[in-house]
Amino acid sequence: MGKKLAVTGNQAVAEAMRQINPDVCAAYPITPSTEVMQRFASFVADGKVDTELVTVESEHSAMSACIGAAAAGGRVMTATSSQGLALMWEMLHIASGMRFPIVMPLVNRALSAPINIHGDHSDGMGSRDCGWIQLFSENGQEAYDNLIQAIRIAEHDDVRLPAMVCMDGFIISHSIESMEYLPDDVVRNFIGEFRPKNPLLDIENPVTYGPLVLPDFFMEFKRQQHEAMLNVKDVVLDVAREFEKISGRGYGLFEAYRLDDAELALVILNSAAGTAKDVIDEYREKGIKVGLLKPRLFRPFPYKEVAEALSSARVIGVLDRADSLGGFGPMYMEISSAMTTNGAKPLMINKIYGLGGRDFMPEHVVQVIDELKEIAETGNIRLQKDFLGVRE
Amino acid sequence: MSTTPLRLKELSKKDELLTGGHRLCAGCGAPIAVRQVLLAAEMPVIASNATGCLEVSTTIYPYSAWKIPWIHTAFENAAATISGVEAMYRSLKKQGKIKERIKFIAFGGDGGTYDIGFQSLSGAMERGHDIVYICYDNGAYMNTGIQRSSATPLGANTTTSPAGSVIPGKVQPRKNLTKIMAAHGIPYVAQTTPAHWRDLMTKVRKALDVDGPAFINVLASCNRGWRTPTDTTIADTKMAVETCFWPLYEYENGRLTINYKPKEKKPVTEFLKTQGRFKHLFSPENEGILERAQELVDREWEALLREESLYKSEEEKA
Repeated sequence: MGKKLAVTGNQAVAEAMRQINPDVCAAYPITPSTEVMQRFASFVADGKVDTELVTVESEHSAMSACIGAAAAGGRVMTATSSQGLALMWEMLHIASGMRFPIVMPLVNRALSAPINIHGDHSDGMGSRDCGWIQLFSENGQEAYDNLIQAIRIAEHDDVRLPAMVCMDGFIISHSIESMEYLPDDVVRNFIGEFRPKNPLLDIENPVTYGPLVLPDFFMEFKRQQHEAMLNVKDVVLDVAREFEKISGRGYGLFEAYRLDDAELALVILNSAAGTAKDVIDEYREKGIKVGLLKPRLFRPFPYKEVAEALSSARVIGVLDRADSLGGFGPMYMEISSAMTTNGAKPLMINKIYGLGGRDFMPEHVVQVIDELKEIAETGNIRLQKDFLGVRE
Repeated sequence: MSTTPLRLKELSKKDELLTGGHRLCAGCGAPIAVRQVLLAAEMPVIASNATGCLEVSTTIYPYSAWKIPWIHTAFENAAATISGVEAMYRSLKKQGKIKERIKFIAFGGDGGTYDIGFQSLSGAMERGHDIVYICYDNGAYMNTGIQRSSATPLGANTTTSPAGSVIPGKVQPRKNLTKIMAAHGIPYVAQTTPAHWRDLMTKVRKALDVDGPAFINVLASCNRGWRTPTDTTIADTKMAVETCFWPLYEYENGRLTINYKPKEKKPVTEFLKTQGRFKHLFSPENEGILERAQELVDREWEALLREESLYKSEEEKA
């Protein structure tokens, strides 16, 4: 077993990056992910990694340089948040369309305007359709573990897609928690050597990357990307099984917390799930059958497995830390799709919470569970979508 | 390694690395420049390409006209993309995973270089990557149908700076990107044209030879946008030099050399009059624009001569 330490989420992610030792990192500072690259820059300066750190002039160039480096043929990482991810948006599609297994911690932060530096998931959800694998992490330990596993998942022959590992800005990135690092050699053996495919640097076998693809071939490219995405679930589970052997920590497509017989269910991502678990324990002691589903793999979304895990629930409250203004929250739409596609018809409500880092407190969980209880008793939904902890 | 002499007989024996069969227009200056660049290179090169005519016309899937490793990712980032390729090369070289000496070239049109790719270019140059950025400047967004860019000359008629009854074409003079790149203090900056092939190829060799970033601005005519026949590319770009609209010069470690001084500097109208995009300037009411165009050329040329003479007088003192 590894060392147990008290560290911040950003520190843990930077440590994972040191152990992964990517060949190239290209990054640009942005709160709250800045500390990741700051710490990583010290590893580079002290010769603790082989990485070439490219300190670009924007996140757009960060992802562009990552793509160039990945095409050249090597392991590539970056990190960002919020506006940085938004500026990368064009290049996110290009990274996935060109099938480069770039791995990126995303320290979730609200998108402007109004400008706000605190945690919500509008950045990650905004890049939902960019063709990246998205793993979410409740705490620093999960972010560390997910990042190491993401290398294996992204680089898998059946996948070859970029992956982002999300954790909540400030709440996790800047909070100190007790967690465990794996020894360096264990991480390096686990991730293995990078295996380049058709690298640009192979000058004997010149390749053309990024040609113009017209309507006669374009759809086949997109279909292949989707097929690769469909392969991700099995790879995530295989990698998780292997990871459990080296770490003792088990992972799945999601975490099902006291969900087996739950009649009332909450669906919550990331750090807020931790808060909800404590409240669920209190309700369980009172004999109320409530449980939690905390998605880990958001893209590709495991619809069938999620629907099965929620199959006993009569009422589901989906909490979103991001909003599709004028629509439902992004997680609600997925859960709704999962349930109806699977033929289930639970009563469902959507709560938008924690935008721009607004505190998510146990009393909010109490409020939602009480509402789910009432819906279960009356069959009536007062408001399909509502906001938690907001001024009227 | 022996270097191929810059003589047509010897150069004609070298393999063309941008092959025929691409779909660029007859008379396009861009592929002429690219072929000269690739013929000049005496070591393996890898290229990135900004979105634009050169990119779309040379790589229509499943075909590619490129016999070198080549990458296109987007419009504004040819410099950032090649900087990533070069960073990986340095990383793998440092780790002993790659042995060969490889050089890196980015190609972009004036839109992808002067405008949308300006930040990415400036960043890559400042970071000191061992790359050569080559801009083929045809003075407008030709790929999307001749829209004005910051490289478009004063008075030019483009689809977004049309010569109308009130506004006579582009009202602003062009941006002097070559000087801006020189201000980055990088080891090598030059401008040239495909009409001056030996000058172009000499400059490419110098650019590839330096350890660090280099920038070459190549005036490359576009018969669609310039409204010229397809067989006057060389004559038109040559006239740009004879009028000092596009002087041939270079900065080696910050020191300016003017590579060609016309014996008799021709009036800029000699360059403008053969191009349909400037036709309206020859109406009596637009005389003032022609005068202004001449002033701009004179001012730049005189400034270059003065700057060069400063280095010369320093040498004399020493």
